[in-house]
Order: sequence, then structure tokens, then C-alpha cells
Amino acid sequence: MKIPAKVFSEVITHLFKKPATTAYPFEKAKLFPNYRGRIDFDSPKCIGCQICVRVCPAKAIEIPLSAHQPPAAAPAEGQPAAAAKKKFDCIMKLDHCVFCAQCVESCPKKALLMTQDFELASVNRKELRRHYK
Amino acid sequence: MSKITIPFGPQHPALKEPENFMLVLEGEQISGATINLGYNHRGMEKAAEDRTYIQNLYLIERVCGICSHSHTTCYITNVEELAKAEVPQRALAIRTLFGELERVHSHLLWLGVAGYEMGFETLFMYTWRDREQVLDCLELLSGNRVHYSINTIGGVRRDITAEQKAEVKKRIKYLEERTQYYIKLATGEPTVLARTQDVGRLPYDVAIERGAVGPTARASGVARDVRKDDPYLIYSQLDFKVITHNTNDVFGRLVVRALELVESYKLIHQILDGLPEGPIAVKVPWKLPAGEAVNHYEAPRGEDIHYLKANGTDKPERLKVRAPTLANLQSVAYMLEGGWLADVPLVIAAIDPCMSCTDRAAVWNPEKGRTEVYSWEEMRKLGIEHYKRRGVDFGRL
Ligand code: SF4
Ligand code: SF4
Repeated sequence: MKIPAKVFSEVITHLFKKPATTAYPFEKAKLFPNYRGRIDFDSPKCIGCQICVRVCPAKAIEIPLSAHQPPAAAPAEGQPAAAAKKKFDCIMKLDHCVFCAQCVESCPKKALLMTQDFELASVNRKELRRHYK
Repeated sequence: MSKITIPFGPQHPALKEPENFMLVLEGEQISGATINLGYNHRGMEKAAEDRTYIQNLYLIERVCGICSHSHTTCYITNVEELAKAEVPQRALAIRTLFGELERVHSHLLWLGVAGYEMGFETLFMYTWRDREQVLDCLELLSGNRVHYSINTIGGVRRDITAEQKAEVKKRIKYLEERTQYYIKLATGEPTVLARTQDVGRLPYDVAIERGAVGPTARASGVARDVRKDDPYLIYSQLDFKVITHNTNDVFGRLVVRALELVESYKLIHQILDGLPEGPIAVKVPWKLPAGEAVNHYEAPRGEDIHYLKANGTDKPERLKVRAPTLANLQSVAYMLEGGWLADVPLVIAAIDPCMSCTDRAAVWNPEKGRTEVYSWEEMRKLGIEHYKRRGVDFGRL
């Protein structure tokens, strides 16, 4: 006759092992270095080409013109006045974003950055709409 | 004995996803079963028509939370075929690697679920703990545990470094040992045998007739595997066996999946050792020329088929997905007939069904003509009111 509950010996050895679970949120969660988290924005680099808006599968990103534009640089001697570089903001809708990082990959100026920030849950919808200036 | 029809689902503790089985019972025995689908329709195929090819990649990935790589790879093969893109060998190898890692995580998940449905929760706990190892491998390589998003049109998005390679190999070594133990446990433990042998029978000819796919078919002795029958990616260069079993029951499906795990480990080592050098992606234009393409892929649950029709723009005209579970549901109706009511959850779980995932609480209000999204507070109020009308007061909680 076959004896059931062979798994018992295995269970007993596990009584003396460290738990497999971690104590998150009391301990910091362990993430791998290229984990895809919240997308950050570096305004001075952005040229407003809107490629990120076009590739985003979740319509999570908007690049509007900033309310305050920097003044044009003083024209150099003998040169025509150069137009000021326009400044752009980024509106990131965290409740839409699927954290695919396609925008980061497609941005020609590397103005979007991927962070390892993942603790983004909130019961207030307003907090999910981040306005990076 | 008089017959009585009972509904099983769409909401039932044994079902992970909504789906309805109408069971005709004679006492405890099932004399007929019909399956009703459609509780989880998300309109993805239609949604794909107004997204660009690259956006669709992330949509298609979400057809399934477990075989996310299978669906995107199948879709992307169609796109690349239409664009006549030459995908680099290294990219194909990395895709194959992800395909096998995904199979490992899916089969370990199934082993746990099957243990759970049998009432063998120890097995469930252990397999799911060990499954973390392969999920960690996936996160390490791609940046996410479930939606890896490794594919991009023309190749893959991330390369594999030597350290990553070593780390994956280390974790797979550990899993190999554990899997040997599970195979011994699952095939020798009398409780497992008593619970799975002769349950949910699907004879060879019925499996063929009803078009069963994947491990469900292979456990009925049908040696059907797209990886062998019509090799895609780099499978033609790899050495592996198609696992079949001839007991035609849930036990057979368990054995097939457990032994497939061993084959997958073998494949992972082969791919990592022979990873070709070179670029990982090529550029593909945004717009595809008009045309049609069909491709299939051996997902962990069986053959997955995608059809794509392009019309010269940057968006598809039609996309059709045939997921493996749909092919296997016909067999489930057969397996249930003549069985016992208590075996229903196990028989259904044995095909590893994957209906789809949850929906969000957005409500379309026709009076105001707009979509309303409930906040946490409103949702709570609504729930309390709903139950008050039925005579239960949750307001105090
Ligand atoms: S991470 Fe993906 S979903 Fe989020 S903003 Fe970027 S492209 Fe859109
Ligand atoms: S793709 Fe980059 S540069 Fe272009 S708008 Fe977006 S953030 Fe700015």
C-alpha cells in the first residue's frame, strides 16, 4: 500500500527555514535596477515634438507649452535675434499610464526618464495627475 | 432519477474568471454541460483598430496576464511579416528565451492551482513560492514581472548581459531541483492519484475531433506542438522533446505539464549558452503596406492564432485573436459529462483556462451622456446602500 502524506518530511524541514515572504511595507521592497516605474520629465531637454504623446498606448502623457516662457537670450553682436527655446511642461496621468516606458524609448532628446518609483497608489484621483514643470 | 440543471458560475469560488457552465445533474452525476462565454468581453480587437501598431503591442500584451509574451510575439510576427522586416537572430533568441521562461511560470502557476483545486494546498504554496524565482528572472531581464514588454516591432527592447545570464542560470538550476521533487511528489503521492486519475477523461479521438490544443491534447496522446510542427523563432535550432501522455485524464495533464517544465529548463540553458551576437532590433516604418498575415504560436496553454489585416496606414484594419482556451472549451464540455459534480472545478482548472482579466468601475450614464468614475467613498456608500436594501447593515464597519 502506498503511504499518503509523504510531503510531511518536506513540511517539517520548512519549519526551520527563513520565510519566503518579505516584510514589505515595513521593509523596503527589493526591485531590480531596470524595473519600470513612474516616468519623470526633464523640461529643459524637451523640444515639444510630441512623439511621446503619439506612441503612448494609454493616452497618459501630454506635453503642453509652459505658462511661463523664458525670455529670449540677448542677441549677439551682428547676429539676427535668435528665438527663445520654448519651454514645455509634462502632464502625466498615472491612472492611465501602463508603465511600458515606450515614451522613454521614443523620445529623441531623452527628456523622459524612467524611475523605480512604484508606490503611486492613492484614493485621491487628483494626486494621480502629476504636472511636471 | 429526475434531472436538475444548476448554473456553475459566472461567479463561483472555484472559478478565477467569470464564465458560466450549465450543468444537468442526475443526483451527483453530470449528464450534460453547456458553456456560456462573454462575461469578460473587452472589445480589444475593435480597440486595436484605432491604435497604431506600436501602441497595439501594449494592448495585445494585456489580452492575457499570463501569456502576455505569447500574444505579442504572435502579433508582432504578423506585423514583421507584412513589413518584410529582417529581425536579427539575437532578438529572435531573446524572444524564444522569454517564451520559455513564460512557459515555466505559467506551468508552475498551474501546478499550484491544480494542487489548490485538489485540496493539496501545500503543493500550491510551494510551487507558487518557487515560481517567484522565474518571475524574478523575468523582472531582472525585462523590468516587469508580468507584462514584460520585451518585444518591439523589429526586435526586442532590452539586451541580456553576462551577469544577467549567470543570474538566470542560477535560478533555473534551483528550479530544476525543485521540479524533480514536485514530479516525484505529484506522481507518487496517493492523495494526488486518488484525486486526478480517471477524472475528466478525454480519449484520443475525442481530443482530435474537438480540436483540443496544448497540454490538454498532449495528455490525450496527441503529439501536437507548434514548436515542432511549424517551428517559429529559433525552435528549429533547439533540441527538445514533445511530451505526451496516454492516460487521457487530469493526472496525464499534470504529468505533461511537469515534464514540459523540465524540457523548458533544457531549452533555457541551450538558448543562453548559444545566444548569437549582434544587434537586437532593426528599424521598421510606422506604416505597413496593405496585406494579410496569419501566424500561430505555442503558448503555455496551447496554440494561439493571430490574424492581421493591414491597409497601408499606421493602424491595422482588422486584428483577430484566437486564444488557446477557446479551442479547449469544447473538450471541457465532454470531460464534464459523466463525471461528478465535486470534480467540476478540477476538470475546468485542468485545461488551465484563461478567460481574461478584470474590468474597472467606470459607469456609462446614458441620461447625462458621459462616463462616470466612482471614487472610493462613493463606491463604499453605494455598497452599503445596496446591502441595506437587502437587510444587511455594513455601515458600522
Ligand atoms: S510609460 Fe507607457 S503608458 Fe506611461 S506615459 Fe509612457 S508610453 Fe504612456
Ligand atoms: S518625445 Fe521627448 S522631446 Fe518630444 S515632446 Fe516628448 S518629451 Fe519632449
